[in-house]
Amino acid sequence: MSEEKKSEPLFSKKNKALITNPLNSINPVTIQVLGICSALAVTVQMDNAIIMSLAVTAVLIIGNVLVSLMRNIIPGKIRIIVQLVIVAALVIIVDQVLKAYVYDVSKKLSVFVGLIITNCIIMGRLEAFALGNKSWASALDGLGNGIGYGLVLVVVAFFKELFGSGTLTIPGLGKLTIIPESIYEMGYMDNGLMLLPPSSLFIVGIYIWVQKARNPELIGE
Amino acid sequence: MEYLNIFIKSAFIDNMVFTFFFGMCSYLAVSKTVKTAVGLGSAVIFVLVVTTPINYLLETLVLQEGALAWLGDEYATMDLSFLSFIMFIAVIASIVQLVEMLVEKFSPALYGALGIFLPLIAVNCAILGAALFMQQKQFANIGQATVYGLGSGFGWFIAIVLIAAIREKIKYSHIPGPVKGVGMAFILTGLMGLAFLGFLGFEL
Repeated sequence: MSEEKKSEPLFSKKNKALITNPLNSINPVTIQVLGICSALAVTVQMDNAIIMSLAVTAVLIIGNVLVSLMRNIIPGKIRIIVQLVIVAALVIIVDQVLKAYVYDVSKKLSVFVGLIITNCIIMGRLEAFALGNKSWASALDGLGNGIGYGLVLVVVAFFKELFGSGTLTIPGLGKLTIIPESIYEMGYMDNGLMLLPPSSLFIVGIYIWVQKARNPELIGE
Repeated sequence: MEYLNIFIKSAFIDNMVFTFFFGMCSYLAVSKTVKTAVGLGSAVIFVLVVTTPINYLLETLVLQEGALAWLGDEYATMDLSFLSFIMFIAVIASIVQLVEMLVEKFSPALYGALGIFLPLIAVNCAILGAALFMQQKQFANIGQATVYGLGSGFGWFIAIVLIAAIREKIKYSHIPGPVKGVGMAFILTGLMGLAFLGFLGFEL
């Protein structure tokens, strides 16, 4: 048994599924409904969404690996506290890194960087996966869920920014004006509602609708 | 008057759920019946009212730049604010443990109904979010911080009870399959958020 496991290739079918499943059938945000707060709140601009998903993915991968390495020495009764401390320490590091290298974005994300600690995706994956699996599988699981989370964030931010202010802000490229001036001259106006909080809820609601309509097997109950 | 203002602002204008999406996970998961929603909502109010002042004291006496001046001159320039995440979450986790024990002792029925979600208050973003906003807003005294906690908790309570009431009724209406359940809850919350936007700019 253990021989078999050792010879398992790094990207076996099972391991690939760890990355691809969270993108659709077990997407952490839209199907498992975890980590919503930050997913909705940081999506006014694309660059915030992208940096936030990178931060969450980093914490998720490292946290998963650490907990998975320590899974045999963490006493069951105090595991939540241990996990919280690990995650909080990682988030402090991420926060300091963001402050050092992308200060503007870190200002805009404000309290939401700190709230990565209480992001249910992270606690959920630590509890459900890292506590019972080897570190490589846990790292992949973290990566998959991080991308699944980022996907929803980027989609929501794309629609919010495009229709809310007619631009897309991509890290490295700066603010790109997508909707040309001539359309504004014809009477088109930015939809101010898109910049307000409720619109992210609508977009996620519609995202879930489209996703489930395309994959009827996901409709529960 | 100032206290009332902070209360109204945190409960209605800057509503935890509709403006910042704090605590959405438990908000969506526990809002199927009004009874459990009231239970969780009250637990959140209680935890917020207890933890916000404690975190306020922690912030002003330990973490802030220069907060350690009471220890002596050599500590006067110390800035421990980078530790605030870990300190706040430790306070919150221990208070939640306390609440869990109290609820188990005094209301086993509620304990059974809340089940897994009581320990999860520790990772409810509403609690840590309130602590971090409290840190950002720099309240003048502990009273204001407590009222802020109370108001935020109250706003969260209203939100979860309202959505639970709507979801109880909506079970009987005809909704297209794919959007049933969570999808509909999102859109409903969005509509309620629009209504709450009406409070914008309201001040006493």
